[in-house]
Amino acid sequence: MAALLSVHDLCYTYHTPKADTPALADISFSVEKGEFVSIVGPSGCGKSTLLSLVAGLAIPDQGHITLHTQASHPVGYMFQRDHLLEWRSIFSNACLGLEIRGAMNDKNQENVRQMLRQYGLGDFMEHRPSQLSGGMRQRAALVRTLALQPELLLLDEPFSALDYQTRITVADEIWQILRQSGKTAVLVTHDISEAISLGDRVMVLSARPGRIMYDIRTDFGPDRTPLSVRSHPAFQTYFQQIWQAMVQMEGVDHHGKS
Amino acid sequence: MASREQYLKDLRIRAHVITLGRIAVLVLFLALWEFSARVGWLDTFIFSSPVALWHTFIDMVRDGSIFLHTGITLYETLLSFMISTILGIIIAVLLWWCPRVRDISEPYWVALNSLPKSALAPILIVWFGNTTKSILITSISLTIVSTILTMLNGFLSVDPDKLTLIRSFGGTKRQILTKILLPGNIPVLMNVLKVNIGLCLIGVIIGEFLSAKAGLGYLIIYGSQIFKMNWVILSILILCLLAVAFYQLILWIATIYEKRRG
Repeated sequence: MAALLSVHDLCYTYHTPKADTPALADISFSVEKGEFVSIVGPSGCGKSTLLSLVAGLAIPDQGHITLHTQASHPVGYMFQRDHLLEWRSIFSNACLGLEIRGAMNDKNQENVRQMLRQYGLGDFMEHRPSQLSGGMRQRAALVRTLALQPELLLLDEPFSALDYQTRITVADEIWQILRQSGKTAVLVTHDISEAISLGDRVMVLSARPGRIMYDIRTDFGPDRTPLSVRSHPAFQTYFQQIWQAMVQMEGVDHHGKS
Repeated sequence: MASREQYLKDLRIRAHVITLGRIAVLVLFLALWEFSARVGWLDTFIFSSPVALWHTFIDMVRDGSIFLHTGITLYETLLSFMISTILGIIIAVLLWWCPRVRDISEPYWVALNSLPKSALAPILIVWFGNTTKSILITSISLTIVSTILTMLNGFLSVDPDKLTLIRSFGGTKRQILTKILLPGNIPVLMNVLKVNIGLCLIGVIIGEFLSAKAGLGYLIIYGSQIFKMNWVILSILILCLLAVAFYQLILWIATIYEKRRG
């Protein structure tokens, strides 16, 4: 399979009057078309920064990000919170990206309606965001992102604002949606179980400055779903592996400081 | 279900008691005032009386002067309200748009905001002459700075992730303004409107005190100078009613907006 995204020697530093904080150092990886990659790491390791760089919302100090695609809007971004606008209906919220891109034609609007119906929001198109549950809101936010038909989805802890039960269900739903539509996705999270259950690959990022310490391919067979792999025998093994890697990283960190 | 009926009945009774109580306070106040004036506890030359005020009111309705004075104050208040609100929003947008200008000018806005603006009125009258223009400018100077700062603060406190959302769709600064900042700050605007309508009325009265040939402010000053206390007190009562009516108008606009929003 061909790589959709390749990142080469990426470095990024935050400047403040007091000091320069290196957020990311020497990040290189590539993501293949159709792959779901999870990036897990402690808070403040620059996970979100990495996504902003890939989305083109920030400019790297060093290194290259290459997207191998012809799509007009190749990258979609999902946030921790859904950021649905309360003064718009669900349908109108889902069309926000199309509006901004000047692509509000009948075909695209029908596509949005079709997706809303498909994802169980058909009866809520004219509702206000506050009338929907957290899971439904996050699905509406997904439709808003998918409306522009991006090839690569960047998921910035999109489930962490939901309560535990909803989080697992919504993660499962969204994973299914992305898989069925053949989208490529990069998820960042601090939740190891979430990273393993969703990702074909899990990368572990070290504490600041973030470096890739670990990159493993999870193998749960072809019938994997985020929910089913949680009870797969290999799940605990991967969990232990990643847990150990993160504990070791912290140990090195503490040692270095003392 | 009996208890629910009882509860609803109690609720109705309470609402009636409150309405009746409010009317009773007014009636009692007017009766006490009239009574005190008749038995000589109050000097009617200074304090007037409800019946005397009613006669003055009827006289002024007959010669039309009450409509002239109220109309002028009404007109000046609404005009300065519209100018200061619209101009204030435009300046707030410009300051949001140009962070450099915002940072440079910030201490001056803060200074202007804490200045008691009524202190400017006499100098404005000198600069702009004894005209309606100076009354409008007095009123606008009273409201515009707080309008600018409140709206700007509203723009700046929008969740930065919402702005990133627009940028992630490739949106421009103008789209951030029209899709997020303006619609998201309608509740802030409604509060600004409520404050401004009251402040504009104050501004117009201050202006009319200093330079006017008509208007309720003029009537109050002129009446107090020639000891026509009936005019003064009547004007104050009308001002009271105007202030309440203005406030209700804004509430009505807010309700209509809420309804349209669904």
